[in-house]
Amino acid sequence: MGSGDEGGRIELEFPARAEYVALARLVVSSMASTRRDLAEDRLDDLKVAVSEACTNAIEAHGKADTDDRVVLRCEELDDRLVVHVEDRGRGFDPLSLPQHPPVTDPDRLNFERGLGIPLIRTLVDDVEFLSSGEGTAVRMSMLCGPSASGLVDLDDVDEIGDDPFDGTQELLQ
Amino acid sequence: MDLDLDVTERNGVAVLAVKGEVDVYTAPRLREKLVELVTAGQHRIVVDLEGVEFLDSTGLGVLVGGLKRVRSHDGDLSLVCTQHRILKVFEITGLTKVFSIHESVDAAVAG
Repeated sequence: MGSGDEGGRIELEFPARAEYVALARLVVSSMASTRRDLAEDRLDDLKVAVSEACTNAIEAHGKADTDDRVVLRCEELDDRLVVHVEDRGRGFDPLSLPQHPPVTDPDRLNFERGLGIPLIRTLVDDVEFLSSGEGTAVRMSMLCGPSASGLVDLDDVDEIGDDPFDGTQELLQ
Repeated sequence: MDLDLDVTERNGVAVLAVKGEVDVYTAPRLREKLVELVTAGQHRIVVDLEGVEFLDSTGLGVLVGGLKRVRSHDGDLSLVCTQHRILKVFEITGLTKVFSIHESVDAAVAG
């Protein structure tokens, strides 16, 4: 993959119903798992982020009472995976989300919702929310490759020499 | 998508073993089961998450709701979880400070 145009791209339109969130996770994780340069724990992070974004999209369609489908798009670029989730809800202001009381406050237990967007922000490498009265587009990026995790891929170590320890030495030099 | 919910009783504590994926589709069943237990007078609950393959904020919300419900009866709801990927969502959201999280059902039941 040289230009970034050669990577995969999958688009899925699904009905705004709860049972489709598992399918959205499966599509993204299947595409992500084809990349050896995305660590397994990052794949888990991405699955949670996709689930949160799709759950919010479905809820937005419910509130707006629309039959439109939610759009999920997963793009594979050289150094990252980018997942878009687009809804036709009424939108929200990502900068003015209600704040929860601190976790040590007993009132915290009155809040069962509102954890999704903070989770997305923490779990992915980059996220953008574009929202208007006609819908919301969430764009989440997950960096791939050695620079993303700082870990040596053991498969690459094997390719350097027959003895993996020799390979490790070379990498360390 | 399957969500298995299995309740057993240990020393007067209800142990709810959850298996499968907990998300916006399956979480309502978990909520119903917790409400059912509390309504039946069971106010000490251990939710065993060791069989959970996926859990997002909808699942977290249901557990927070369950904790609130049992506390209103002076009860407690604790968790069993050793899986890093599940613990991570509790850590990020600060909920590790809200729930007592144990490594085994025995430890959770002993409280």
